[in-house]
Amino acid sequence: MLLSFRRRSELLNPLLFFMMVAALFPLGVSPAADFLSQLAPGVLWVCALLASLLSLDSLFKADYEDGTLEQLLLSCESTYMIALAKAVAHWLTTGLPLALLAPLLAVMLFLPTQAIPTLVVTLLVGTPTLSLIGAIASALTVGLKKGGVLISLLVIPLYIPVLIFGASAVHGASQGLPVVAYIAILGAMLALSLVLAPFAIAAALRVSVSS
Amino acid sequence: MQFESLMSFFQMDGHGLYVWLSYVITLVVLALNFVMPRRAQKKLLISLQKRILRENSDK
Amino acid sequence: MNKAKKMMPKWFYQMASPKGCYQITDKLLPWFTLSALCFLSVGAVWGLLFAPQDYQQGNSFRIIYIHVPSALLAQSIYITMALAGGVGIIWKMKVADMVAYACAPIGASMTFVALLTGAIWGKPTWGSWWVWDARLTSMLILLFLYFGVMALYSSMEKPEIAAKAAAILGLVGLVNIPIIKYSVDWWNTLHQPATFTLTEKPAMPVEMWLPLLVMVLGYYCFFASSLMVRLRNEILRREKRASWVKQLVAKV
Repeated sequence: MLLSFRRRSELLNPLLFFMMVAALFPLGVSPAADFLSQLAPGVLWVCALLASLLSLDSLFKADYEDGTLEQLLLSCESTYMIALAKAVAHWLTTGLPLALLAPLLAVMLFLPTQAIPTLVVTLLVGTPTLSLIGAIASALTVGLKKGGVLISLLVIPLYIPVLIFGASAVHGASQGLPVVAYIAILGAMLALSLVLAPFAIAAALRVSVSS
Repeated sequence: MQFESLMSFFQMDGHGLYVWLSYVITLVVLALNFVMPRRAQKKLLISLQKRILRENSDK
Repeated sequence: MNKAKKMMPKWFYQMASPKGCYQITDKLLPWFTLSALCFLSVGAVWGLLFAPQDYQQGNSFRIIYIHVPSALLAQSIYITMALAGGVGIIWKMKVADMVAYACAPIGASMTFVALLTGAIWGKPTWGSWWVWDARLTSMLILLFLYFGVMALYSSMEKPEIAAKAAAILGLVGLVNIPIIKYSVDWWNTLHQPATFTLTEKPAMPVEMWLPLLVMVLGYYCFFASSLMVRLRNEILRREKRASWVKQLVAKV
């Protein structure tokens, strides 16, 4: 994780991407406030998803290429914990900053202010799940040369439920409806992936390293 | 028989387009799934035979 | 000690080896192909010509005879693929890996047919080709998952490694299956609830669900026969250096 702080671009790129893509919508579609405020929950969530996807490719690549990945797997440390740690690191450098940046973009897209807390909460709960699931796909493809696009292909079907519940929650909040149920389901997804994903990540890493 | 004539069978009370479109698409997909692996099998056997001939001639 | 080991019939162990599997499927294949042909033609003719119309939907109801079996199979094949992949990865069985590989394209076609026939059926029934409700969306996700598995296989050169990676993906995607199954129960969706359940009698009259049952059987036999053909191809491909393959090929 220290490495990613040193390479500032890795930290900033997904955030800049998030901002710029969110800005594309009013420019490309329509700057009308009422139109944008309807789109805003979905657009913000999709942008968060895409930004998370961007940084997945490099999650394990550097370690794979210089051999540290193999060392990590051979060491006595539990691979489950290593996988979990990597996913958490990804979240801390991608999902968390994104969730904190989101209110700014929400204002840009005319999201009703009452929905902004829900936006931040759903992103905080949802983006770790995205990091965990994304890490599985990243681990599966780390041995491939052009793994980037494939990662997106593998991970998007699994991201869709998170997107649906996250965006619905924000949409509901912007209309003043209760959103506890949505957030509970997002929480359940997070719990499930926290427990199960590291197994899959570890298995995928072993497969990739052995090739 | 639910239909009095061949024409009414094709038209299905106005739903003919939908019913026949779905059945035809399904038939095509099933047929492709039937034909393609068998063609692949023939090609595979031919290529394996050529391989054996090459190995025998190399000896 | 020998008595304790012989828990399974002999053919079970035979199936685990590529050669044994090839020999057994050689005998089974014609039966399944024939059954598939019989069940499918009988079922289709019955459904198209003899089954009664639906009171509300009219004749477009007949699409049920190709839509429901393909949707059922799309899910069953995914489960088969994921379980076979799991068996292959845990017990390191080559044949299980190859079964999983062979399942993917068949499952993808079934999902495609289910989605397409569903959309076509939706137009006269609900008025629109598509609606983003839970069941349709999760079936679309299923199709994407199949594509992902197939993409993984084609992106890796060594089939043994690809099989393990695809198995992991398949197992992770298994969470989607309960979502598909129970989505019509959990949410108020446009899509109808299940026609057949294990515990209750179907809500439809016999004349309507009997041809459906025949079609479902036909689709399953079709799956079995397609699977076997693809499996046999894969066995020959991967075992091409084995002497039994060389002998077999030379005889053809």
